[in-house]
Amino acid sequence: MDLREKVIAIIADQAMLEPADVMPEQSPADLGIDSLGLVESIFAIEEAFDISVPFNANAPEESGFDISSVGAIVAAVERLVQDRHAAA
Amino acid sequence: MTGARRVVITGSGTINSLGHDVPTTLAAMREGRCGIGPLDLRDAERLSVRIGGQVRDFDPQAHFDRQRIVLYDRFTQFALIAAAEAMAQSGITFDGEAGEMSGVVLGTAGGGLGTSDDSYRAVYEEGKNRVHPFVVPKLMNNAAASHVSMTYGLRGPSFTVATACASSNHAMGLAFQMIRSGMCRAMLTGGSEAMLCFGGIKAWEGLRVMSKDGCRPFSATRNGMVQGEGAAVFVFEEYEHARARGAEILAEVSGFGMTADAADIVMPSTEGAVRGMRAALTDAGLTPEAVGYVNAHGTGTTANDRSECAAVAQVFGPAAEQLMISSTKSMHGHLIGATGAVELLACIMALREGVIAPTIGYEAPDPECPLDVVPNEAREARVEAVLSNAFAFGGMNAVLALKAA
Repeated sequence: MDLREKVIAIIADQAMLEPADVMPEQSPADLGIDSLGLVESIFAIEEAFDISVPFNANAPEESGFDISSVGAIVAAVERLVQDRHAAA
Repeated sequence: MTGARRVVITGSGTINSLGHDVPTTLAAMREGRCGIGPLDLRDAERLSVRIGGQVRDFDPQAHFDRQRIVLYDRFTQFALIAAAEAMAQSGITFDGEAGEMSGVVLGTAGGGLGTSDDSYRAVYEEGKNRVHPFVVPKLMNNAAASHVSMTYGLRGPSFTVATACASSNHAMGLAFQMIRSGMCRAMLTGGSEAMLCFGGIKAWEGLRVMSKDGCRPFSATRNGMVQGEGAAVFVFEEYEHARARGAEILAEVSGFGMTADAADIVMPSTEGAVRGMRAALTDAGLTPEAVGYVNAHGTGTTANDRSECAAVAQVFGPAAEQLMISSTKSMHGHLIGATGAVELLACIMALREGVIAPTIGYEAPDPECPLDVVPNEAREARVEAVLSNAFAFGGMNAVLALKAA
């Protein structure tokens, strides 16, 4: 499973959908994921990729982690993983 | 309630990040001083949230002997210190039959969390196979209430309430109802919390609602809550009893409302808060116009402050324009199960001294919080009645109404 598939699997699991039914342009809200579900998904992403995701539930738009869509989340995770490798 | 007994407050005590007693705490609230600063605790470097409203310069040995310190978790120590101040101010005694007619109801959310944290560290991290024999009597949530009861001979209804951030308001509301109904003559009541330990903060970090730089309720720039610690304890007393013994009356507790959102485990509901405030007003026989000040729950999270302001606007209608509402959490932090008790001090100060404690850290107006939040500086104003809000995770709401003595 590559990074994209892994992130989508985490989001799909939270949304109780099949990964194939999760589209990149959908937002967490489109998928029925509420704020608590989002916090749990981000935790699962951090654990899966051994990264630290900058996310404040009070001000998601100012967190520096784009959660506007599934595609944006995948891209943001890719960046964090790259940064981690660069730092290592 | 026709013919019901009246309930008054004759003593108050506290220890929190603003001060180790009531006069120091009230002075800090008048000055708009902030008790929030860098956390001084073990493994703080492994935390991503490193600020809090800690009780500083606290020496347990100045208050308790060795035999007691080993039995008292920090939250019990805070409760006993606050209770001693309240008892001294009230001058009430609980000898003989008086003790049977009186009890103690305290709120806490974490109980002896520091004791749990230390013990888990010993067995998991340090690999020890033995813990101190007093772990259970120290960590249990009713330890503080029990020690207060033992210290003052309170032998009537006594227990602990745990409804997260509403714990102490629920506790004080129940104490009020027990005196009003005639079940009790006097009650020690309030709350105590000591969650500022590594495990306590780590758990809260997980929810991602904590601010890393400050508590700025109602400000457009707010970015979360900041935890505090400490206790406040009050003597609630039946009015005729207090008058007969010539006690000074600090304020009257006139109403209590409690509701459940029955909606979400963390997101607050405006509707539940509206019903809670209306229930307290009705119970107190107050109109919205009669209330001059609301001590807000005001956690500094996006969700609470927006929802609370909408609820206040609904309950108060046009009267919301004259209303002052402030969150003293901006100064002492969120004391979780003790927060309503410390905040009741601001309510008493408003009623007795005509000083409204400010919401400090206020930087920019938020169109979703269009109320007079008494920004940054305390204000002199005469108020005859106040409300104190507490809206807990789990959707459990508890609102107290107080009147001037």
